[in-house]
Amino acid sequence: MKLKPEDEVQEMLSVVDTAHAITRIASEIIEENAVADELALVGIHTGGVPLAGRLAAALEQLGEKPAGAGTVDITLYRDDLSQIGPAPVVRSTDIAFDVAGMTVVLVDDVIFTGRTVRAAIDNLMDLGRPRRIELAVLIDRGGRELPIQPDFVGKRTEVARDRIIEVVYGEEGDRVITYPSRAGRR
Amino acid sequence: MALQSKDLLGIQSLSEGELRVILDTAANFATVAARPVKKVPALRGKTVANLFYEPSTRTRISFELAAKRLSADFINITAATSSAATGETLTDTAKTVEAMQVDFLVVRHSMAGAAHQLARQVQCSVINAGDGPHEHPTQTLVDLFTIWEHKKRFEGLRVAILGDHPRSPVTISNIYGLKKMGAEVTLVGPSTLIPPGIDQFGVGVATRVEDGIAGADVILLSRVEITDANRLQIPSLREYSRFYCLTPRRLALAAEDALVLHSGSMNRGVEISPEVADYAFPLMVEQVTNGIAARMAVLYLLAGERE
Repeated sequence: MKLKPEDEVQEMLSVVDTAHAITRIASEIIEENAVADELALVGIHTGGVPLAGRLAAALEQLGEKPAGAGTVDITLYRDDLSQIGPAPVVRSTDIAFDVAGMTVVLVDDVIFTGRTVRAAIDNLMDLGRPRRIELAVLIDRGGRELPIQPDFVGKRTEVARDRIIEVVYGEEGDRVITYPSRAGRR
Repeated sequence: MALQSKDLLGIQSLSEGELRVILDTAANFATVAARPVKKVPALRGKTVANLFYEPSTRTRISFELAAKRLSADFINITAATSSAATGETLTDTAKTVEAMQVDFLVVRHSMAGAAHQLARQVQCSVINAGDGPHEHPTQTLVDLFTIWEHKKRFEGLRVAILGDHPRSPVTISNIYGLKKMGAEVTLVGPSTLIPPGIDQFGVGVATRVEDGIAGADVILLSRVEITDANRLQIPSLREYSRFYCLTPRRLALAAEDALVLHSGSMNRGVEISPEVADYAFPLMVEQVTNGIAARMAVLYLLAGERE
């Protein structure tokens, strides 16, 4: 985490609100997808990975256990690899189940331009042919550059392009904060 | 978290941090080969050219597959079938190839420093795929990757290297790489095959194979044969084999879980006995698979812009 003056950090979702949002997304996923044994949660590195874990726990509390869980790293599928300077760190794509025939719920913390999700979908497709891909995000901040929309959203909000939205995962609960980005970083 | 140079010319110029970044990246690329679609779009639109002045099968194919699995375009230029055969200089050939908007030149040449010289002349990334007895960095990366996969440590690891050291393409690179990662290295062989001054690299020397292998965690072997270049240093293969062949009895002196890595084209009965060869063969095959992942990592990391 970079330097961020305390007065510029704003809370977007409190610990209670975040927990509610996650539970609500979980129940919507169940409503939408009747058969849990064909359901898989896949977190997008890095922000979506802990959130996918939280969602899996929330689903279990509701009595549904997804048949698969995994992570995708979109680095190799980015559309800006030749523009962003040094090659970004490649993390592991870890999907141990067969995606063919599954309903895969991609999980990310924040959706913005939609480019990350495009890359994640391409990555999933290279692993097999899922029956359906859905998208769950905690925060939809608008600003889309591709025709991609989430199926499950915790909170929709409009924030200035130069602000960062960050989900802070903690022992005593998770919350969402926003703060201005430093010059040069989107 | 990237490489400092646009080129990969040797292990000597890499820091330990850079080596670790390459190995970590290679580990993630290794999983790509296990997927139904063994290809990622990371290097789409880039072009890789192999410029090989010496015969090579494994390294050439490994680079070719690495490039293709990253979705790069790939061309192969071998000396025998190119204008190099007409006497065109290395630099002229390379500049001609570069003019075709090639992003990577992978160079294999018998002269030490060939890739370094080229790297100064061209804008594109140059990867040294072996410059004679000098460096063969990607092979060392493969060795380091395989050692890491099996041992999960380098610090204090005891490594014995056997082979025709003055002519082995990978001895020097392996010494640099292993030393940087914190391993202890011993060069084993008859004194005629120990390069003078090698102790300045901080390695031990053993002229008795039993001394060199005792307690070793890793044994690195390379092919030994009689060539015009070394026939004065190896009196006969029979003699080399008698004193230096890795036999089960000698292997028993090494650590119980010792890793035997052979760099390829085994000369069974010369540097390695048939029994040990059978034991080491699966690892050699694993090395071939790892080689693609390591070379993908190098291409990917070099493709990023430098700060």
